[in-house]
Amino acid sequence: MQFKKSWIMALTLTSVLALSACGNNGGNKATTNNGGNTPAATNTESSSGAKLSGSVLASGSTALQPLVEQVAEEFMKTNSGVDIQVQGGGSGTGLTQVSEKQVDIGNSDVFAEEKLKDAAKAAELKDHQVAVVAIAAVSNPKAGVDSLTKQQLVDIFTGKITNWKDVGGADQAIQIINRPASSGTRATFESFALGTKTEDIKGSIQEDSSGTVKKMIGETPGAIGYLALSYLDDTVKTLNYDGVEPSVDNVVAGKYPVWAYEHMYTNGEPNETVKAFLDYFLTDEVQTGDVVELGYIPASKMQVSRDVAGTVTPK
Amino acid sequence: MSFCVLLLIVIIISMVYFVASKGVANFVNGEVKVSEFLFGTKWSPEADTPSYGAFPFISGSFLVTLLAALIASPLSICAALFMTEIVPGWGKKLLQPVIELLSGIPSVVYGFVGLSVIVPFLRDTLPGQGIGVAAGALVLSVMILPTITSVAADALASLPQNLKESSFALGATRWQTISRVILPTTFPAIMTGVVLGMARAFGEALAVQMVIGNAPFVPHSLFESASTLTSVITLGMGNTTMGSPQNNALWSMALVLMLMTFVFVLLVRMLERRNKI
Repeated sequence: MQFKKSWIMALTLTSVLALSACGNNGGNKATTNNGGNTPAATNTESSSGAKLSGSVLASGSTALQPLVEQVAEEFMKTNSGVDIQVQGGGSGTGLTQVSEKQVDIGNSDVFAEEKLKDAAKAAELKDHQVAVVAIAAVSNPKAGVDSLTKQQLVDIFTGKITNWKDVGGADQAIQIINRPASSGTRATFESFALGTKTEDIKGSIQEDSSGTVKKMIGETPGAIGYLALSYLDDTVKTLNYDGVEPSVDNVVAGKYPVWAYEHMYTNGEPNETVKAFLDYFLTDEVQTGDVVELGYIPASKMQVSRDVAGTVTPK
Repeated sequence: MSFCVLLLIVIIISMVYFVASKGVANFVNGEVKVSEFLFGTKWSPEADTPSYGAFPFISGSFLVTLLAALIASPLSICAALFMTEIVPGWGKKLLQPVIELLSGIPSVVYGFVGLSVIVPFLRDTLPGQGIGVAAGALVLSVMILPTITSVAADALASLPQNLKESSFALGATRWQTISRVILPTTFPAIMTGVVLGMARAFGEALAVQMVIGNAPFVPHSLFESASTLTSVITLGMGNTTMGSPQNNALWSMALVLMLMTFVFVLLVRMLERRNKI
């Protein structure tokens, strides 16, 4: 009998929580678009006297979340009438929610066209590229390799090469630490470092959080994986790609190819408050401040640009 | 009062309906066959010709759950006996808070301890990379210890005193009383605890996900990377868009999890009924 009671208690608690979460979402859906303001309020200092107000809800990519949170906090300090909420949930969630107008901004590691099956829905979304993330292949320090070519990486991640000695390293079996098939980081690594999609290999390990991936690579003998530049430190060995060092300068100059934009999508043209917030992202203050501080690469500094199809053109 | 109950019923029904309707979407629109989903061993949703075989995950979930129950049950029952029969005084005073503490630790902590302690230990002493089914089962077994122990201890404590006294009066030793009288009488109640523990293990996501490796294959050894239903759902749900076949396949797995929970609840009910007689 005691059990039944505790079960019912637990159920009630969960449903109350679920309900309150729903209510929250619903409330945020109705973003107030303050029409009475002067339209030229792109400057966040709003020196013209126009006050921005309203609430903004952003959700999606957990890789981008810390940056958006930090920038939102600064933005709210100078614009006391604005309330910005940032949620995680993953790129897929962000894109789904923004295309269904449940949130104002959908954060994503990949182009919407790659995730949304419905091309018409993807076309409705407006892309705002706020930062760049570069990804480097990393190995356990004891693997004894400094650099890998594209072909060697492909052979390793498709299971053709299974020992480090075949690529000039120690006599040690290779252990792949991968990301799940749906991960944006994996998609970036596969399309720009390997140039091909890979099947999961039996015995490979998949972890989703970058922290866990780093820990695993640092501790597991013979491990190989890939991490965003901001996560690299001495516990893992950063591998050069085709002889090119994965450094910020090389990414900016277009020499190192394994990088992707961090996107903030809006459904159609953003309203005044959202636009002011997104514009604030591209100011020098944020691009050379928060973006660099948190380990991303400023989108404004990039000397090359890349489109959905992956074609890179000099700016 | 009745409003709350009504609300509760509506919420439960709508949740079940939501999971079920999303879960069968792939089967209804012909994207995936039920048999292919349940027994297919190939999971490659991002490939050009995607396949959605969930058998590796279903088998992985059952494997870690059964292993965890096998490890945790004897330990829990011994702990419960110790608390109630052997040293009810300080034994209970010491063990009860420890067990309550264990059940209060968040699963991410269990996962991290597993990753920092159990995985390196397995890697150094046994074949494989430490990550795998064995690590998952070990972490889970610690997590379900409190559930089984507290249910078993409750069952043992609620045993009528005269039963034991009659046994002692017949000249039985303590061990004889425990093994011939106490354990057989409380067996259904203890099994309730085991089933509840298994239900917890089956549904646990985070801790297992961190240590099991998540490779989408049916494991051939205990030290090989494998996946559970929960780990695949948590890894994939955020990265896929609603309505895509891959997302729907994850909901199908959620449906399997939900149906399994019903089975566990049903089992507990049946055991409770047996317990009364």
